[in-house]
Amino acid sequence: MHMADALISPLVGGAMWAAAACVTLYSTRKMQRSVDERRVPLMGVLGAFVFAAQMINFTIPGTGSSGHLGGGLLLTILLGPPAAFITIASILTVQALFFADGGLLALGCNIINMGLFPCFVVYPLLYRPLAGKKPTGGRRMLAAIVGAVVGLQLGALGVVTEAMMSGASDLPFSKFLMLMQPIHLAIGLVEGLVTASVVGFLARVRPEVLDQIPSAAEGRRGIQPVVVGMLVAAVVTAGLVSWFASTHPDGLEWAIARSTGHVSLPPPIDPVHNAAKHVQEKTAILPAYDLPMQERPTATELDDKSARNAWGIPSVGTSVAGLAGGAASLVLAMGVAWVFRPRRATDSASQ
Amino acid sequence: MANIHVKAAEIGWLERLASRDTPLGRVDPRVKLITTLAFIVTVLSYGKYQIAALLPLAVYPLVLMVMGDVPARFLIRKLLIASPFAIFVGLFNPLLDRQPVLTLGSYPIAGGWVSYAAILLRFVLTVSAALAMMAGTGIYNICRGMERLGVPSVFTVQVLLLYRYLFVLMDEGLRMVRARALRSAGNRGMGLRVYGAMLGSLLLRTLDRAQRVHVAMCCRGFDGHVRTIQSLRLRGGDVVFLVGWLGLFVMLRLVDVAGLLGALLTGAGR
Amino acid sequence: MSHHIVEATDVRYAYSDGTSALNGVSFRITHGEAVAIVGANGAGKSTLLGHLVGWLSPSSGTIRIGDTILTQQTLAIIRRTVGMVFQEPDDQLFMPTVFEDVAFGPVNMGLPHDQVHARVASALATVGMEHLAHRPPYHLSGGEKRAVAIATVLAMSPDILVMDEPSSGLDPRARRRLIALLMSFEHTRIIATHDLDLALELCPRTIVLHKGQVAADGPTAKLLTDPAVLEPCGLEKPLSLQGCPVCAATGRQS
Repeated sequence: MHMADALISPLVGGAMWAAAACVTLYSTRKMQRSVDERRVPLMGVLGAFVFAAQMINFTIPGTGSSGHLGGGLLLTILLGPPAAFITIASILTVQALFFADGGLLALGCNIINMGLFPCFVVYPLLYRPLAGKKPTGGRRMLAAIVGAVVGLQLGALGVVTEAMMSGASDLPFSKFLMLMQPIHLAIGLVEGLVTASVVGFLARVRPEVLDQIPSAAEGRRGIQPVVVGMLVAAVVTAGLVSWFASTHPDGLEWAIARSTGHVSLPPPIDPVHNAAKHVQEKTAILPAYDLPMQERPTATELDDKSARNAWGIPSVGTSVAGLAGGAASLVLAMGVAWVFRPRRATDSASQ
Repeated sequence: MANIHVKAAEIGWLERLASRDTPLGRVDPRVKLITTLAFIVTVLSYGKYQIAALLPLAVYPLVLMVMGDVPARFLIRKLLIASPFAIFVGLFNPLLDRQPVLTLGSYPIAGGWVSYAAILLRFVLTVSAALAMMAGTGIYNICRGMERLGVPSVFTVQVLLLYRYLFVLMDEGLRMVRARALRSAGNRGMGLRVYGAMLGSLLLRTLDRAQRVHVAMCCRGFDGHVRTIQSLRLRGGDVVFLVGWLGLFVMLRLVDVAGLLGALLTGAGR
Repeated sequence: MSHHIVEATDVRYAYSDGTSALNGVSFRITHGEAVAIVGANGAGKSTLLGHLVGWLSPSSGTIRIGDTILTQQTLAIIRRTVGMVFQEPDDQLFMPTVFEDVAFGPVNMGLPHDQVHARVASALATVGMEHLAHRPPYHLSGGEKRAVAIATVLAMSPDILVMDEPSSGLDPRARRRLIALLMSFEHTRIIATHDLDLALELCPRTIVLHKGQVAADGPTAKLLTDPAVLEPCGLEKPLSLQGCPVCAATGRQS
């Protein structure tokens, strides 16, 4: 499931970008150290394969619906973690640029959710131990299903956490999770089945392909980039949040209000203390989201708030003016765009 | 499967748009990438109930569209078929957040609807800006720009290779699907066994192709690094583009143009 | 000049599953020759070409290009001398634009940028595809792709051109253009093909492969008209040398 730009805050997006960039750098270093240049075209073509494979659907027995390959675990099995991570990141980049699946800022989130977990968590910690050195069909099936399910659950957890941290959705954390996890359990089961059957086919038809995987040594230290990625994400989020909070309290107001139930912030007396407090509130956000609805700000509180905030939430009295102004500025924006239009406007009109 | 086929056609369309010579196409890709990211960050930095204040920002995607000569119906179609995740998740807001935050005349509007509308608006703004930028730049230039901004070439080369073989493998996959459909009397769905074998065969062909590509690369002196020779040079116009837009975003973020205009139009001063 | 000689001495090759593809192939091709390699499917043509650019190495026997024997160590030199045009242009054109693709080889050779540009320009001009320089390769027509693939090889200025099925998948006019182009080259040319008419037109000499061995080696015009050579190897006379059934029918009527 792709995280969308519209659901994340710049803080979360930026932190995840930083984390994804770190893991990508780690992976490219790893790859440059190994001399196997055959992997350069292999990765590109396998990335394209994942796209092509998603064209082919199969019928899920007993349901009448159809499923297809996601590809993260399969790529890791074929390429090893660092190369697979880069391939997945490039797939997600193409999807973000061409299909608007996700978005530019959400790309970091998506790379972490769909790349980091299968490559550096699931594969070294679950798939390899479960499949063993000489996997039989049954063990491989078990390893692939467990791996795919856990990988997708982690990805879904990532999506929910990022959305919650960003505060765009009103869904409480637990409910959002309850909504996402069963869907991803089903997707994970399908993904595991498909991955196992494709790997099983390869093992039957061309076993040497599976023996060439240059991942044995790399897989063992797989947890390291995860720790690095998570640390970077945490540090960057904390740093940005505290900076943002100390310089620009208004922007976070609604998020904090939702997480704590208090609308008005105490005036920032000591910026360091204030920053630390925000970090603390951020880290404590998750349990707070389980609180029932009565903790939400009331209408009067919101009114107070907008009265204080010149361009924040429109108060009831000025909302019509606000919307009219919005419409007028949209018209203005179109006018500006019209002014910028190229000279050969007749050509474009005829297209 | 039809969906992916449509998507493949859409990519072709995007790339044809990007291959034309437009004012937007002549802007340095680095500048476009940075400006578009700054735009997205600006859009997302607004509060969850803010709609009106976001609207002036539409000027960026709109100007990109005209500078890149991107047909509106192209962007609208892409927006409609884009990932529905934001639309789906946002849908819960109106159900959960029923506090009125806004009245239109005497009709109160719940916060959930306002925040949902804001999510949709952010979705439209961010996606259309990114697509308009792509349509005015093309994957090749984007990758060159990314490389010059410090993205490792190991990664950009992968994006380019993936893009290059996307069409080739999609065609191959589609031929297999058609071949199976022609021989599967009736329209029964594909079982997992056939599916596994089919995907496996496609994978084998892919691996063979990767090997042939590798040989072709080696025959021309490939040593593990793909080098490009095109260089980028920042021109005066690029700097104006960058500084102008960044300045406008900051200005729009600080000054509520919509509010001012609204006050002016309705005479409802504060 | 001796350095453009291609010599195979008793080359044998078996694939990892045990299938033997070459069973003692020997030939010697001298400077400037154009040689067709023909044979039925599975006769070993592609395997042989793989040996000439060193992506397969013989189980026994040697390949010599000029004065250099092909080994893992000499691979880089050999690959500058021998340019290979693949059967499927999509495998060969992997860069995002035609220009970058043609430049790939010269850049890897470490040439300065102005020389790279000059080589790309002249290679594209040779095949008549200058106008496509900035197009992505995927959307080209079959004939254009083939021409660009040849340009990518020409840009490395090899002495020997090796081609695998250059005319496959081309429409008649593109094929005609290709033949004219290949006629104009002065390189040593080794062309594996099923297109016996192309062989007849382009290559004075032909090597017929059958079951991994050289079944015949001699003047094309002689070999390809000799049923005693062709039939055991699963080949037929070139179409241009077969009697025209339509003309024959009209002839009988009158």
